[in-house]
Amino acid sequence: MLVHLRRSVVMAVICLVFFGFIYAFAGTGVAQALFPFHANGSMTKNGSLLIGQNWSSPKWFHGRPDDTGPYAANAKNNVAGGDNPLVANGSHGESAATNLGPRSLTLKENTIALVKYWHKLGVNPTIDLVTTSGSGYDPDISAIDATVQIPMVSNATGISPASLRTLIAQQTHSAEWGFLGSSYIDVLQLNEGLAKLEK
Amino acid sequence: MGFFLTILTLVVALGFTWRYLGSYMAAVFDGRVHFLGFIERPIYRMLGTSPEQEQTWKRYAGALIIFSAVSIAFTYVILRIQGSLPLNPQNQGNVGSALSFNTSVSFVTNTNWQNYGGETTMSYFSQIGALTVQQFVSPAVGIAVAIAMVRGFARRNSATIGNFWVDITRCLFYILLPIAFIAGIIFVGDGAVQTLAGTITFHDALNGVIQTIPRGPIGFMEAIKQLGTNGGGFLDQNSATPFENPTGLTNFLSIFLLLCIPFALTYTFGKMVGSVRHGATLLAAMVILFGVWVGFTANAEHQNNPAVAAAHVYSPVGNMEGKEVRFGDTTTALFGVSSTMTSTGSADASYDSFTPIGGLGLMSGMMLGEIAPGGTGSGLYTMLVYAIIAVFIGGLMIGRTPEYLGKKIQAREIKLAGLAALVMPITVLIVTAVAVSLAVGRAGPENLGPHGFSEILYGLTSQGNNNGSAFGGLTGNTPFYNIIGGIDMLLGRFAIMIPVLAIGGSLAAKNVVPESLGTFRTDNGMFVGLVIGVILIIGGLTFFPAISLGPIVEQLSHLRFF
Repeated sequence: MLVHLRRSVVMAVICLVFFGFIYAFAGTGVAQALFPFHANGSMTKNGSLLIGQNWSSPKWFHGRPDDTGPYAANAKNNVAGGDNPLVANGSHGESAATNLGPRSLTLKENTIALVKYWHKLGVNPTIDLVTTSGSGYDPDISAIDATVQIPMVSNATGISPASLRTLIAQQTHSAEWGFLGSSYIDVLQLNEGLAKLEK
Repeated sequence: MGFFLTILTLVVALGFTWRYLGSYMAAVFDGRVHFLGFIERPIYRMLGTSPEQEQTWKRYAGALIIFSAVSIAFTYVILRIQGSLPLNPQNQGNVGSALSFNTSVSFVTNTNWQNYGGETTMSYFSQIGALTVQQFVSPAVGIAVAIAMVRGFARRNSATIGNFWVDITRCLFYILLPIAFIAGIIFVGDGAVQTLAGTITFHDALNGVIQTIPRGPIGFMEAIKQLGTNGGGFLDQNSATPFENPTGLTNFLSIFLLLCIPFALTYTFGKMVGSVRHGATLLAAMVILFGVWVGFTANAEHQNNPAVAAAHVYSPVGNMEGKEVRFGDTTTALFGVSSTMTSTGSADASYDSFTPIGGLGLMSGMMLGEIAPGGTGSGLYTMLVYAIIAVFIGGLMIGRTPEYLGKKIQAREIKLAGLAALVMPITVLIVTAVAVSLAVGRAGPENLGPHGFSEILYGLTSQGNNNGSAFGGLTGNTPFYNIIGGIDMLLGRFAIMIPVLAIGGSLAAKNVVPESLGTFRTDNGMFVGLVIGVILIIGGLTFFPAISLGPIVEQLSHLRFF
């Protein structure tokens, strides 16, 4: 009994040192040496390529919804979660999904509100544009999600639909190794490309 | 097409690790691997033990229980005083007592149920020194128990089943550490974050947005989180967040890591008992169940979400509510099934927003006892418990004393196996009944109607099986759920491990009965069918009434919303 207890305490300390500190510090050292861009959060001058932002102006391609954006159109049903708390100016929060079930009345009403919101912008929304993501800040949309936004962006910026289509094609990343996961467009990269076209 | 290539790649990769990681693990636990002897030997000296000092099953279990209790205490204390410890750039305060209890039990039992959001609750010290440490230790303990049970079959007339300290040390240094470190480098190389520098704030001049983004030592925690079938992530939304799981490649790597050890342990088992064919038999039962579950869950997620379809938006790409664009519908379902049929519980989507049948696929994967392939170690020993029950039923049918691998299965082993198989369903159903009977329990779910019940049932099933995934709408950070969940997790872990070790001890003491013509074969297709039948009957029948009140009602309530 006492032998077990003494060994347990010794082993717990050994594990704390090896699998806590040495593992994490050595890992951080290797990561910072080999991949500093990724290890620090894939930051560009306009933000992280991996964290979605709230693009509300029709001059930009929009990402997937969160309740600081399109859900505001349905104030009654502002749910906890489903928002993009990182956008809330300055204060940092948690990643969060709506966690609404497949027969949730709130989800149905939120979706109807989102469809109306997109119609007001002159966009016929696709599935990704009316559903929230698992993280709450999905940085990506699919090529079709960007294509349906062409009329909105073209009207607001005066850039021709043809050059927007070219931009979308350039910005579409194929699935990793051609088949792992889905093809996607990073919304921040897409809009940075759009900003260059405007100049 | 992409999905079939994903499955094909996964099968090839897992087939390779089944054969080679499986035999490597057998060599490690037989003491034939020494390349880290310079670390291993001083540890044994400090512990005052050595590989020659073997333990009876009672001493083995005693060491395990006391070590786990000390681990819970260490974790608990770190969480309670994190505000005064270093490595806390966001100045997180101390964690409350009920939440610290739940969390420390959760990580020590390999559950990784999280009643907190990591980025707003835990300091880097807690993430590294309390949580990541247990993500190494708890799978090592699980694998040690499985190996000790396997020795029961492999040895003859032996009073001992190995040395607990030696087994976990070897597992930690020779198996978990090298694989996790390499996987960690791949995670970061593909985009996962790994820094100690705290949050970063920037202003996007294009759209006028100011963001403050939490960061941390995420990538390497991610590697051991998946490899050890732990599942507890650094960030609240776990593997759905791009900082934990940035690409389709890391998503695939996650699925591979969390499946590789549980499947490979069946080879280790076969190798150690001298009949790889027996290992392959158990593997076949696991693969069949796993394949069926992936099939129907992926199919369910490829359908429209009923609530979104009711708003007249129809999807060519399946149910995208709560899912990430870069993963897609079917691969997310594959991740979900892999995570819930092992004891991992990591999530690359909001499982709460899965279609009713998709959610059922996840929930029922846990209800079968997590055996296909199950957690690191726990999958193999739970599968062996079912194999013993199957042998017993087979023996009853042909009227012979049941034997498995030449060991007579007698009243004592059957009683212990029965106990090990029934603890989980009884615990889960009782705590669920308590939760739905009390106002504090009914206050938990966010969703209304049958889905609300599903959230409670899912949460307590997940904790009772040491899974840790959740229907995230359940508000679990209340004293009631923290405490009842803690009890649920402790019973689901140790009330199964102790009978399993007792079976190991009792089998090790027996001699081997020579095989004869009348011996019931336990290494052919017939036995695969029998094991699957036993699993489906025990798991299916005990949980069917509860499931029919949740996901089945939900699926059948056509055009009704709650």
